[in-house]
Parts: sequence; structure tokens; C-alpha cells
Amino acid sequence: MTALLEAPPAVKRAEPRKHRRKMIGWAFAAPFTALFLIFGLLPVVASLVMSVTDMRATDLRTPLAVNFVGLDNYTRLFSDDLFVRSAINTLIFVVVGVPLTIVAALAAANALNSGLIRFRALFRVGFYLPVVTSIVAIAVIWRFLLDPQAGLVDNLLARIGVDGPAWLQDTRTSLGSLTVMAAWRNFGSLMVIFLAALQGIPQDLYEASRLDGAGRWQQFRRITIPLMRPALLFGAVITGIGYLQLFEEPLVMTQGGPLSSTLSVSYHIYNQFGFGNYGYAAAASYVLFVAIVALSVLQFRLLGQRDD
Amino acid sequence: MTRDRLAKISLYGILSAGLLVVVGPFVWMLLSSFKPEAEIRSVPPTWWPSTWTFDNYRTLFDRLDFPQYFTNSVIVAVLVTVGNLLFCSLLGYALAKLDFPGRKALFLTVLGMLMVPGMVTFVPQFVLVSNLGLANSYAGLVLPFLAGPFGVFLMRQFLLAIPDDLIEAARIDGAGEWRIFWRVVLPLCKPALATLGILTFLSSWNNFLWPLVVATTDDKYTLPVALALYSIGQNRMYFGLLLAGAVVVVIPVLIVFLALQKHFMRGIATTGLK
Repeated sequence: MTALLEAPPAVKRAEPRKHRRKMIGWAFAAPFTALFLIFGLLPVVASLVMSVTDMRATDLRTPLAVNFVGLDNYTRLFSDDLFVRSAINTLIFVVVGVPLTIVAALAAANALNSGLIRFRALFRVGFYLPVVTSIVAIAVIWRFLLDPQAGLVDNLLARIGVDGPAWLQDTRTSLGSLTVMAAWRNFGSLMVIFLAALQGIPQDLYEASRLDGAGRWQQFRRITIPLMRPALLFGAVITGIGYLQLFEEPLVMTQGGPLSSTLSVSYHIYNQFGFGNYGYAAAASYVLFVAIVALSVLQFRLLGQRDD
Repeated sequence: MTRDRLAKISLYGILSAGLLVVVGPFVWMLLSSFKPEAEIRSVPPTWWPSTWTFDNYRTLFDRLDFPQYFTNSVIVAVLVTVGNLLFCSLLGYALAKLDFPGRKALFLTVLGMLMVPGMVTFVPQFVLVSNLGLANSYAGLVLPFLAGPFGVFLMRQFLLAIPDDLIEAARIDGAGEWRIFWRVVLPLCKPALATLGILTFLSSWNNFLWPLVVATTDDKYTLPVALALYSIGQNRMYFGLLLAGAVVVVIPVLIVFLALQKHFMRGIATTGLK
């Protein structure tokens, strides 16, 4: 303050104004930042701390009076058969579901971009419809569609002479059913992203390659795919992040069954929270968090390697 | 020429089949919600109801508490949306147009939050909200969602594209910072605010995990929570009831989506997120 008062007049005028500017910036940032610190950042840190304690539901009112247990929760996790099972299920769901969703989205985007003008908006809106609807409602609908007796799917199959399985009640088809349903629900959002990317590809590239005698498939492989790389990478990353958090579908459709064949990591965490094992649930959630970051980094490495 | 025509027809054929697979289940849900219970269970299933009935909806609204769940969903979604519009545009403006210490660090921290799964935060959030005495209250349902990182990202990106001259001109005219924000910046942001408002309302309407944990009694359930609990609880055997419940969850969103779909598409195409 004294330094400020002793400064030459020119600076004296500039300094308070600069200081004021800084205050204004923070004044605008403050409301969000306060809420964000309390309900966003604090819980992220608290979760990490909880994961190395033996906190249980009975400690709800005294969250600071818990015991430090080191990495016990984490070592217990990896010897917990249910957690390992849920991790394998989730991994299968991601590894099969992400490519399936991307292929469906890519096919839809290319079909809608291939010179077809009429009804384009109708198809786009239709394909996007499941994305905006509640997963719980969709899970309710699909549970009925996949019903072995009165369900639409098996009855349509019966018409062409196929004896459809009990999709959600059979351990061989339960996880696969949820995977296909997730692709069905989510490909629309990737389609919109891919459509935007496709429209950014200059048409003269296709014309030039046509003069060189390239066929449709070659054009798709040599021009479309390489130029869509950033969009594909982005799509793979956000779909992967979403699919790793699989939760509502098994909760509503299968309750994790039959025989834990659809138990996901998130569902397992939710169950452990329900049993009151807060520290244990927090540890499992951090493993999921690390998996999400790792998957994103891996995808950037694998798919983004040719980017400069 | 004929080959082109053939290609075009098969393309339309494939797209229409795809549309049927995607939209068909919704049509079936809507039609079946007007069927009596016995018809829903009939083998083979019907598409068009042979007898129309409103019984499922009557039970939902008279015997069960669906009007209450509906009101709860609206209250929570409106509060969350208003909060995000206000707080995210304030911070988005500060990040895009004002210089202050810690600006970059703040932006990166908020952005990093987009990667954090809901499962990581919900247990400590529950402990926090319980200790604040807000469990099973509207405040408890709303507070953790008032300041979403996605909105900050969207508003900042949009504001970066607005020329500084407009804001400088207002400043030279002697307008105060608050007035500039309210009278100059916000009106320019209308398209971004529309996109953010719709996306936030939608994600709040469909939000599931948090209300499932925080709402512990019937009078605070939101629609998805009620629907999920009914579909795994004792009422799970009433197919018609559940389908009518799904219609009540889905229809308001469909109306909003169909009316304002250009904002959706823009939001997704510009930010890549939903």
C-alpha cells in the first residue's frame, strides 16, 4: 500500500484500475467457483481420502472420526470376486460397445451425407431420439421388447422360424443385449458429430480421386477415414468414458443378474454404498476414475498417433 | 442412370429400416400404454390396441403419486437450469473476456472435472449434503448441479468469438462492468444460452443416480427414480403401468426436443458434447 502511494502519478492512476480489473474478474468468477469448490472439487478430494479409511454409513455424522487403513480397501477390491467380475463385465461392454456404436454412427452419417437431400432432417431427428430420452424409460421399454413370452423381438424372430433366447434371463445373452441396446441408444449423438466432420471435407478431394480412378470404397478408406480422424478419436473417447460408467441399464433391466453376468463396476459401487461400505465404495470409484483416464490416454495414443 | 436409382432406393430402404428400429420401440411404448394389462401380455403381441383404455394413466395419476413426481422433476430441472445459465455465463465471461490472476488454472480445473465420473463424487456429496441437513430436500437435489463444468466450457467458447470492441465501446461509454455484462454480453449470448438451457434441462430431467440416493421418501422422488423403483419393486408386474410411466417421463422431453432440435444439433456440433 505504501509503495503504491509513493509511486509516480502516472502509475498511481493505472495501478488501482488494474487492481480493480482483477477484482472484477474474480467477482464474476466467484459464485460458480464457490459452488464448484464445495460440491465438485471437495468431494473429488474427499473421495480419495475416504478410500484410505474404514468409513461406513454409521460414521455419516462424524466423517472426520474414522480410521486410516492405508491401501486395505484397494487390496480388498482386487480379491473381491464380485468386483473382478464387474470389472470384466464392464470391460467387455466397453470393448464391444464402443466400436459397435462408432460403426453404426459412421454408417448412418455417411448414408445421410451421400447426396440424399429429402427427409434428411427426419432421419437425423429420428436417429437422435433415443439420446435425449431417459435411460430408465428406455430400459423399461427394452425389458418388455426382450421378454421371452410377450416381447416383440422374440415374436418377430418366431415369425421367421427362429426360436429366440430369453435375452435378459440367460447368462450367455444378457450382457450382449445390454451392449446392443447401448449402441442403439447412443449412436445418434456420434452420428451428429460425424456428420459435421463429413461436411467439413472438401468435395474436390473426392473429385480429384475419382479422376484418378478411385472407387467408392477406396475414397472412403483413403479420404473420409483419415480426414475424420479427430472426430473419430473424440467419439471413441467420449463414448468410452460414458460406457465405463454403465449403471442404469443393469439396475432397471437385470439387477446385475443373472448370476452377476451384467453387474457393472458402477452398479457394484452403488451396492457397496447401499451396504454402508463408504470407504470401500470410494476406493472402487477411484479405480473406475483411473480406468477412465487411462482409457482416454490410450485412445489418444492409438488413434491420434498420426496427428501432429 | 438406373444403377444410380437402384443405389438411391436401397439407401432409402436401409435408412428407413434403421429408422423403424430406432423409433419403433417408442411407438410401441406409446400404443401399448393404452392397452389393458391382458393385451400387453398377449402372445403374439399386438401393435394397435384392440381396446383403448386410459386405466394405466388413471392409476398413475390417481392412485400413485405421479403428479408429485412430475412436479418434483419440473422444480429440480428449472432450478438447475436457471442456476447454470447464470453461474456458467458469469464465469464463462470472466474466463473469455476479463483478465484476473489464476484464470488459466481455474479454467483447467473446471475442465478437468468433466472427466470425473459421477460415481466418484456421489458418496462424499451424500455425506456433505446429509451433514448440511439437506438430505431428502429440494436444496439437496439441486445444489450439487448448479455449477456444471460443461456450461462454463460452452459459454467460454461462445464468448471468445465475440469481438472485444463491443465490450470496450460500452466501457468507454462509461457503463459499469455489471451493466455491460447484463445489457451487452448476455443479449449477444442468446444462442449459446438457449443451447445450454435446453441441454441442462434435459440432463437434469433424465438425471438418475443422485436423486435415487438423496430422495428417500415418496414426496421427493423425481420421475426417473419413481419409474426405476416401481420397475424393480413390488409393482414390477404391472406392465401397463410401467409403460405409461415411461411415456410420462419421455413425452415432455420429446416435445421440447422436437420443437427446439436445431439448438440441440448446434450444441452438439460445436462442443461435441451432449
